[in-house]
Amino acid sequence: MSAAAASPAAAGRAVHAAGSGPALIEVRHVSKSYTRGEQVVPVLTDINLDVGRGEFVALMGPSGSGKSTLLNLVAGIDKPDAGAIRIAGEDITQFSEGDLAGWRSASVGFIFQFYNLMPVLDAFENVELPLLLTGLSRADRRMRVEMTLALVGLADRMDHRPNELSGGQQQRVAIARAIVSDPLLLIADEPTGDLDRTSAAEVLGLMRRLNEELGKTIVMVTHDPRAAEAARHLIYLDKGQLTDLSPFAAHRA
Amino acid sequence: MFFLKLVGRNAFRARLRTGLTIAGLVIALTAFGLLQTVVKAWYAGVEAASSSRLITRNAISLVFPLPVYYREQIRPIDGVRAVTMSSWFGGIWRDERSFFAQFAVDAPTFFPMYSEFRFDPDQYQDFLRDRRGAAIGRQLADLYGFQVGDRIPIRGTIYAGNWEFTVRAIFDGADPTVITRQMYFHHDYLNEFVKQRFPRRANQVGVFVVEVEDPARVAEISAKIDATFANSLAETLTETEKAFQLSFVAMLQTIVQVIQSVSYIVVLIILAVAANTMAMTARERLSEYATLKALGFGPAYVARLILAESWVIAALGGVASVLLMPGVAAAFKGALASAGINAFPVFEIDPMTYVWQIAFAFGVGTLAALVPMVRAARVRIVDGLRHVG
Repeated sequence: MSAAAASPAAAGRAVHAAGSGPALIEVRHVSKSYTRGEQVVPVLTDINLDVGRGEFVALMGPSGSGKSTLLNLVAGIDKPDAGAIRIAGEDITQFSEGDLAGWRSASVGFIFQFYNLMPVLDAFENVELPLLLTGLSRADRRMRVEMTLALVGLADRMDHRPNELSGGQQQRVAIARAIVSDPLLLIADEPTGDLDRTSAAEVLGLMRRLNEELGKTIVMVTHDPRAAEAARHLIYLDKGQLTDLSPFAAHRA
Repeated sequence: MFFLKLVGRNAFRARLRTGLTIAGLVIALTAFGLLQTVVKAWYAGVEAASSSRLITRNAISLVFPLPVYYREQIRPIDGVRAVTMSSWFGGIWRDERSFFAQFAVDAPTFFPMYSEFRFDPDQYQDFLRDRRGAAIGRQLADLYGFQVGDRIPIRGTIYAGNWEFTVRAIFDGADPTVITRQMYFHHDYLNEFVKQRFPRRANQVGVFVVEVEDPARVAEISAKIDATFANSLAETLTETEKAFQLSFVAMLQTIVQVIQSVSYIVVLIILAVAANTMAMTARERLSEYATLKALGFGPAYVARLILAESWVIAALGGVASVLLMPGVAAAFKGALASAGINAFPVFEIDPMTYVWQIAFAFGVGTLAALVPMVRAARVRIVDGLRHVG
């Protein structure tokens, strides 16, 4: 675990949330702005960040600081205006839309604040969705889905639709969907934002297990301090500046 | 299979909305089918017309007769196989609402030319033998319950007086498209009456029916016939039987065109309804489509989901309308008959009507999905994920 000081990254220097090995995620000089009517609003300016393989990073910051934007860029569902983002050595900013879609299906698992499950599919079918893009046989898909649902503690809820599950259970189904294809990276955008305290604790506990026992690399955006505590690195984003608060998080642990 | 499962479940997710959309499709496509059938029925006489029969009438107007002796001048014209004659009687049985067509014909030469009328041989001979005999069509017999032996009193209008006929034969059509809602009686009977009461109108006919040997020569033979009587007191106009029948329909052409237009307008209306349904559906599910795209499903997959769902709804509406058509057509015809309106003796659903119903159903399904498909395919994932349906 990095012991970087709690200080803003100087321009051109990356914030490292990485161990001694090579970074899985390398964000270099990334900038992104949005157009609101005639106004161009810069959201990220010259951001640099490294995230090591197997790390669990929480990204916090005030509303509008660009943390979800940064998450979206790393996940490959948005493109920066400038800069490069390398995931496992591949610069995803150079991918076409079609290549990005294929890359995402193989490399990224998504955990959304509002779960984003398909309401007409049951838990099994929702978890199976990413596997439909692989070449796996029906039997293999079944085996993996059942195993994954068992891992998240929902083996007895396979045939339940989202409206028959609690918020916490739905989020666990979403986590199962995120990991079923064994992606490189898990992207979580406010995963506990819509959960009560107990459910949030369950979900965070599961995410910690995925990180500590299965070595999953997780980048999580959150406003929730309890969620931040579950992570091993805390990075703060404000006014386009990233600050590594990891010793603060380590101190709390 | 997963794709079909997703499409099927999504199609019936909002059951009320889907049900109402399907109901709208069924109503619109059935109405289209019914209106097309009405238009077809209007042209039934035209469709049944023979390509080898010509009608020779007075060139000034159908109202004016032609001398009977013209027949002997038409018969020898090259290409003419046979000539018969027919006069519109236009009498009233019972009351004006119980109207049916009556024609005075030269039976021995008329019915051999109209082989689409099928007689019982004995009845036909009885009819030929009885000067006051009448041959009525099966549809007419069924409509008013006429039977062989019945006496039919008719009040003449063109030929004023009280007439009485005896039903000697009931004829059928060779197929359902043949109109059998008319009555035929002997021209000699009419002519004798006219000689006594209106001598100056005797020995005249309404039209001659000319059968030609080669239908390809109808134009040439028509011209020859009319040339024969050019510059006479009663010049003729000869045209194909189809053109002659069309001239009657043409009197009501505007109404027919309006009916046809309305049949297409109802399809446009349901297109708007279906498009609204798909637009609302796609807008509500934008975040789902964005999620699928985030997971790696391409824009084409999302577009196909929307199109397939639209097709499922449209197909159900189309198939239901096809299944309902026979019953609706029968009910419509029955309702007209109950109201005393017997304007369509032949009211058959053209098989092409079913084809058009299905085609329009898929057309509506495709067009309704077009804009939502493009929108969902193009939506940026980050914008779609933020969307609240």
